[in-house]
Amino acid sequence: MIRKIWFGVVALLAAGAASADLAVNMPKGVTELSAETYALHMEVFYWCCAIAFVVFGVMIYSLVKHRKAAGHKPANFTHSTTAEIVWTLIPVVILLIMAVPSAETLIKLEDSRKPDLTLVITAYQWKWHYDYKGEDVSFYSSLARTSADARRKGSGIDPFTVENYLLEVDNRVVLPKGAKVRVLVTSNDVIHAWWVPELAMKKDAIPGFMNEMWFRADVTGIYRGQCAELCGVDHGYMPIVVEIVEPEEYQSWLADQKADAS
Amino acid sequence: MSSATIAADSHADHDDHHGPAKGMKRWLFATNHKDIGTMYLVFSLAMFFVGGIMALVIRTELFAPGLQFIHPEFFNQMTTMHALIMVFGAVMPAFVGLANWMVPMMIGAPDMALPRMNNWSFWILPVAFSILASTLLMPGGAPASGWTMYPPLVLQTGDAFPFLIFSVHLLGISSIMGAINIIVTIINMRAPTMTLLAMPMFVWTWLITAYLLIAVMPVFAGAVTMLLTDRFFGTSFFLAAGGGDPVLFQHIFWFFGHPEVYIMILPAFGVVSEIIPTFSRKPLFGHDSMVYAAASIAFLSFIVWAHHMFTTGMPLTGQLFFMFTTMLIAVPTGVKIFNWIATMWRGAMSFETPMLFSLAFVFLFTIGGFSGLMLALVPADIQYHDSYFVVAHFHYVLVPGSVFTIMAGVYYWLPKWTGRMYDEKLGKVHFWLSTIFVNLTFFPMHFLGLAGMPRRIPDYSTQFADFNMYASIGAIGFGVSQLLFVYIIVQNVRGSGVTATAEVWEMPRGLEWTVPSPAPYHTFAEPPEVGGDKAFS
Repeated sequence: MIRKIWFGVVALLAAGAASADLAVNMPKGVTELSAETYALHMEVFYWCCAIAFVVFGVMIYSLVKHRKAAGHKPANFTHSTTAEIVWTLIPVVILLIMAVPSAETLIKLEDSRKPDLTLVITAYQWKWHYDYKGEDVSFYSSLARTSADARRKGSGIDPFTVENYLLEVDNRVVLPKGAKVRVLVTSNDVIHAWWVPELAMKKDAIPGFMNEMWFRADVTGIYRGQCAELCGVDHGYMPIVVEIVEPEEYQSWLADQKADAS
Repeated sequence: MSSATIAADSHADHDDHHGPAKGMKRWLFATNHKDIGTMYLVFSLAMFFVGGIMALVIRTELFAPGLQFIHPEFFNQMTTMHALIMVFGAVMPAFVGLANWMVPMMIGAPDMALPRMNNWSFWILPVAFSILASTLLMPGGAPASGWTMYPPLVLQTGDAFPFLIFSVHLLGISSIMGAINIIVTIINMRAPTMTLLAMPMFVWTWLITAYLLIAVMPVFAGAVTMLLTDRFFGTSFFLAAGGGDPVLFQHIFWFFGHPEVYIMILPAFGVVSEIIPTFSRKPLFGHDSMVYAAASIAFLSFIVWAHHMFTTGMPLTGQLFFMFTTMLIAVPTGVKIFNWIATMWRGAMSFETPMLFSLAFVFLFTIGGFSGLMLALVPADIQYHDSYFVVAHFHYVLVPGSVFTIMAGVYYWLPKWTGRMYDEKLGKVHFWLSTIFVNLTFFPMHFLGLAGMPRRIPDYSTQFADFNMYASIGAIGFGVSQLLFVYIIVQNVRGSGVTATAEVWEMPRGLEWTVPSPAPYHTFAEPPEVGGDKAFS
């Protein structure tokens, strides 16, 4: 009976996953550090699987073999210094193996020296303001009209008919491929967080603080993210869209922006 | 053993002229540890359902993309209140209830050391939660800034704000008094022949937990008091415009908050360490190393707090320090898991409901531990932070972690409390339903988080629709299954089920099994004799 239920649940999950082509894992992203982060994530995941295989394997073996119903007579041991030393040391070794690459990646993440361009982000309840430092280009970026209409309770609009529901903005951030972009992030009211998974960047926007992050995108494309820190009633409605374009295209976009402003 | 039986027997006639008071007075003026334990447990169960209904409101709204039922402001109130009620109303009082019932009986003490304070620390709770719940009816609604109450957002709370702070103060007072009581009881009222290291694991983990509570609840009270003065008395502890520091609050909060999560799991370790030996028919493996591991976890809990804050912009050295210390927690936690498995190894296991819940705990808490290890690695944490991956992680350690062990403890000791066996068949059904639905609820959340869904959002992009639907189905199933738990307990309390023996289970270890079932109103007026050979550990 129980086994049948389990099979049912597994089949349901598998069917759902197959039909919808679901994302179940962290994106590899489009920067060197996002790839490193992804590799780190997978490495620690595989370690966890290996540990689970051994630990749960031993436990399940014991659950099957050492049952009273199977006529097993209980042993009476309560100590084994050797075993205890072994299962203290092995985790320490695994942790050291994991600590080294994560420290290396972390050090790189923090090294925002010599950027090609600097983007200053100011968060507001509930939109983003982007300022291209030294370029005299700045604008607000809010939830796109299509999503803003559909998201109201009782709007009568099916979210599935809205393209990029809740993940589209009116003004995208456009940035050049291959450039080291330093991002300075702060807030004008409460704490927000700027997160684009494919750039592997998330940093809190805190009033009174100027936080820093950086990335160098290697692939052109449109990358979407959302505010990640609860910032009030419309926290779920301040998406981020970053468009990475070829450097020439970026220059012409920048020129257009300046022309529009003047 | 023999002297314990005598002690219990001499009690039977003692009861005649010293039984419980009649009617409401028994509960209102309760000083008996068993009555107060019962009140804590009943209160906690009620709060579990209140918080659970809030969770179901959340999951119902998240069943499909688009807003169908509630507005975002109410959604945020629900997430905030769900967390506050589950943490401070359901999980913590349940463990205090188990401690009230079992600690005196496990150490051969007649009652808690400070019975009147015990009464007070309980009765503060319904008052505190009435105040907190009343905020739902106030202009601006209940607090909606998350249970973490980060400023400046929390300062935007409406009329509910001072009530939130006051109820948190009350909860803190209640917890501190409960903790003092437990420490004094354990240190001063043990049977004279019971040495510290001979104490059962549940007593040990609660002793450590009580010290954590005393250490961190005042810190929490200080943090929320600073919020109060920032809002009403013109200070700017956390306001950048006045020269303050919003991140300072997070440091103070998590200095409380991280020990707090161990406050919710260490007693769970204790419960499981009682149950697994009984149903493995084998003494607990490595009792002393379990004590040292619990103490190490408690110590480490004070130096890892900023791993909740890796995205706030910390110096590199700070991030490295908190990453390494956090990873270190895996070592003593691993020791505990391995010791439980070594306890089962070559035992003679049987699978009654308490054992089933404990085994599910070992499996599923370990999964929560794995995601905890993943979260410790800063670069990866930057991706996981504030996503559904974190929601999956802490629900795995709290629901099939703490909540399952509370249920295991209730099934394990219920025959001792009521004198009758619960319905084993229904108990097993409750277990299987809970286990299936808890996984259906929380496992898909890992995928949602990795795919980029932030937490605390009332609506989401269509790509997250399927897993959210599974999670919502699981949550409703889990919620409904808990009605069975209530039914089983009510049936048992009302007198169905076969009469339990004093031992209840086959050869369990511990002084609580030397007194009759149901345990007399007063136990151990004279301290029992405990062998120095850890016969009862």
